[in-house]
Amino acid sequence: MAILSQTEAQEILKKVLGFSKADECEATLSGQSGGNVRSARNAISTSGGIDNVSLAVEARFGKRSGVATCNQFDDATLRTCVTRAEEIARLAPESPEYMPLLGPQKYLPTTASFAKATADITPDYRAAQVGSSMIICDERKLSSAAFLNDSVGFVAKRNSKGLEAYQQQSGLEFSVTVRTPDGTGSGYATADYNDASKFDAKTLTRIAADKAAGSRNAKALEPGKYTVILEPAALVANTDASLMQALMSALDARNADEGRSFLSKKGGGNRKGEKLFDERVTIYSDPANAEVPDLVFSGDGRPQQKMTWIEKGVVKNLYTSRFWAQKAGIPDIPRPGGWIMEGGTQSVNDLIKSTAKGILVTRLWYIRPVDPQTLLYTGLTRDGTFYIENGQIKFPVKNFRFNESPIIMLNNLEAIGKPVRVGGNLVPPLKIRDFTFTSLSDAV
Amino acid sequence: MKRRDFVGLTGLAASALWLPAIPGFAGDLVDPMRLLEPGLDVAAKKRLADVALNAAKSAGASYADVRIGRYLNQGVFTREKQVQNIVSSESFGVGVRVIANGTWGFAATNTVTDTGIAKAAQLAVQIAKANSKVQKEQVQLAPQKGFGEVSWKAPIKINTFEVPIKDKVDLLLATNAAALSNGASFVNSVLFAVNEQKYFASTDGSYIDQDIHRIFPTFGVTVVDRGTGKFRSRSALSAPMGMGYEYLQPKAADKVAGPQGSDVIGYKNSYDMLEDAARAAKQAKQKLTCKSVVPGKYDLVLDPHHLGLTIHESVGHPTELDRVLGYEANYAGTSFATLEWKAKGQPYGSKQVNIVADKLQPNSLGAVGWDDEGVKTKEWNIIDQGKLVDYQKIRDQAMIVGQKESDGCCYSQSWQDVQFQRMPNISLKPGTAKMSVDELVKGVDKGIYIAGNGSFSIDQQRYNSQFGGQVFYAIEKGKITEMLEDVAYQTNTLEFWGSCAGSCDASDYRLAGFFNDGKGQPSQSSAVSHGSATTRFNNVNVINTARKI
Repeated sequence: MAILSQTEAQEILKKVLGFSKADECEATLSGQSGGNVRSARNAISTSGGIDNVSLAVEARFGKRSGVATCNQFDDATLRTCVTRAEEIARLAPESPEYMPLLGPQKYLPTTASFAKATADITPDYRAAQVGSSMIICDERKLSSAAFLNDSVGFVAKRNSKGLEAYQQQSGLEFSVTVRTPDGTGSGYATADYNDASKFDAKTLTRIAADKAAGSRNAKALEPGKYTVILEPAALVANTDASLMQALMSALDARNADEGRSFLSKKGGGNRKGEKLFDERVTIYSDPANAEVPDLVFSGDGRPQQKMTWIEKGVVKNLYTSRFWAQKAGIPDIPRPGGWIMEGGTQSVNDLIKSTAKGILVTRLWYIRPVDPQTLLYTGLTRDGTFYIENGQIKFPVKNFRFNESPIIMLNNLEAIGKPVRVGGNLVPPLKIRDFTFTSLSDAV
Repeated sequence: MKRRDFVGLTGLAASALWLPAIPGFAGDLVDPMRLLEPGLDVAAKKRLADVALNAAKSAGASYADVRIGRYLNQGVFTREKQVQNIVSSESFGVGVRVIANGTWGFAATNTVTDTGIAKAAQLAVQIAKANSKVQKEQVQLAPQKGFGEVSWKAPIKINTFEVPIKDKVDLLLATNAAALSNGASFVNSVLFAVNEQKYFASTDGSYIDQDIHRIFPTFGVTVVDRGTGKFRSRSALSAPMGMGYEYLQPKAADKVAGPQGSDVIGYKNSYDMLEDAARAAKQAKQKLTCKSVVPGKYDLVLDPHHLGLTIHESVGHPTELDRVLGYEANYAGTSFATLEWKAKGQPYGSKQVNIVADKLQPNSLGAVGWDDEGVKTKEWNIIDQGKLVDYQKIRDQAMIVGQKESDGCCYSQSWQDVQFQRMPNISLKPGTAKMSVDELVKGVDKGIYIAGNGSFSIDQQRYNSQFGGQVFYAIEKGKITEMLEDVAYQTNTLEFWGSCAGSCDASDYRLAGFFNDGKGQPSQSSAVSHGSATTRFNNVNVINTARKI
């Protein structure tokens, strides 16, 4: 039941709208099916699965709105769900931020977001992939902990104003941390895909194993300002806050206009149009990109288009709710899903070769905001930190705590490498000068 | 009460269709009246549980447990003068965990029928058998006797779900008004309530019915100075509690003053939200213009609301046995406090550091009768006079460290997620000698008093940490002198606890807590409390966090 076709989903939604007596009604049907396996100490620890379809109905009377949900789809349940949404709406206060439902929209084509290979995954496939990762670590006398998670899903929308949307998606993510038995070395690798046929746990495990073996017995360097090469997984994380995600999340027009963002202007207004970053920084989103296909519509049904956020260091666009766009008289742009940072052709190894003195960072961890005024964040390096001299990795170094702002970081840009996919985004490795490490950590 | 009177104001914003994605709001969005309806009766749950256990055994499981869970959540969200959202949700289903061929398997279903449950049990066994093909170590469970048919209910006085929505909205809007009339530019206030109705049964012969309640009122106040472009915030000094709505009926006896000159009030078992919001607005305004800290070494005096987070990160997580053994290596991390480190008997902290774990403390988030694998809860020592003496364990870990008993720390956030080791309440015992907060401050020559938890970050083995706070006051020659800003301290766990110079007595003891502590892959949320009295730490490294962009 989990993955309904466009026709099947829209048939249910048409029926739902037919039951509605509200002024406006919107129904969203979504489903997900998938599974996961987790391993540690070179053995499988836990596993799980998900298989669910859910319907949400929003009914509106004037500026009053109510939502109800259900996960059974017989006529009686659908009718009850609609009635419940209407009852809740009738008792609701008028919303001061009410916006009428959208009418018919044009969306980009969605061919790359769903892959059959991901839909065909079985418990045996997951066990075999994680098993192949564990064998590599057994052979090299290393200890691994890994997580494999896959799912396929769909989302369909329809409303009484004529909006109709449908998209299927699939995804697989894998991450592995490899440690040396003496606890002095640790390495990490991660990747995510829409199409599981691109996935091979062994390749990623070998990268993590090499980093673990190479990071044994790290030397301590004094904290201070260093030139760093931040690998893509250090800039964006699947599982944690990250410096680049923090920056992208801060591109909110309302917060900027209200005076509580680094994009707020002294005396009022926001800094859209100002050059705030190095001129090589260009970031855009594109849900039709073949490498990082994404949802082509937002939660409220607005089309997700190709959109430039930062161009040559200049803030070009801010995202906003429909209400704030209307109130402030600004373009109505939904928050994007994934995003793409333009880069060059250099690999991480190329960036290392061109570095006289610096530090290679595999991953940053436990990243938390310190001061929203400056977008200052703190966090630590983890799972493979190395000293570079004269274009070569010389030795592993102990982990550092950093206190740094992505705004400062993207002004201290030395070089941009070739973007790779991380967490549904395309992210290049970056070489940054004067990155601020404030203390040492004994953690491995 | 008439339905209209009870429900009132059940407004949902235009973005409501995407609310199921909010953590803690899994399941169906429902009418708030639905949260007052009883779930399945115990006899029906026992019958369904036996269907799961029998199906698992027939399919080849050597052990099985089943959790039939009904999880109710409510959130009321406001900003300034308006209600943003009111969400009530119900999630009901069954999770079956099995051991087959010496390997764990788990499956869950929301089809709560004999057929649906039997299918889930069979799928759990199928998954266990698939995984066993690449398995090298057999799961070994610490022995656990069955308890027969038993039950436990949180001793709440007022069920939050029975309080009319309108009363909750009125309280939050009054909170916002208190903040705005004291200078706030913006204020968001929220009330979360949780009720876990869970039934556990296992092939060991336990049938355990439990009813658990949690509440969390909180807010964030921001003051903007348009002229300078500066803005500062202060969030609530409330704690999420294992209580009912009685937590929101303030009592004078539950208010604990900070040191003289600090204008800080802490709260024990009841919370004055309006008073705290008014104070928060004034303090956020003061933060715009107060002195920026001079970095250096200071003696820190930390209030329990702040210290709870430091205890959580630097003692709670490193003494979780799953982290110590490497089960969390790929996500949350491991721990410096390895079995080898513990065996050496090195000090974790000074002699004043006595830290206890429990799942019993009244009003705490961890309090429960039995854990999610049928183990009776208890209290035990983690750090005794500065020495690490024990960890937090569940049934499949105890045997690995040569122990025969679980500590009762197993928890799952819902019926559809597999249970695993989660942190119990971890608390610092108060000082045994009489000591007020003013007396504690009196002994400090150059220090900072910190109240409320703020920014926090710690490495994956729990050595190096950095903590901010909500409000900071300079201490000079035993007295609070002025408010400070841009304060964070960076420390190493062992140095920090080694510098502990003593706590106030039990009259200052209170709980801090966390409603959504994340761990595991896929990540699961749990709630945990940390008790302490105001405590002094000597010679800690303080940094200045102000930057120019």
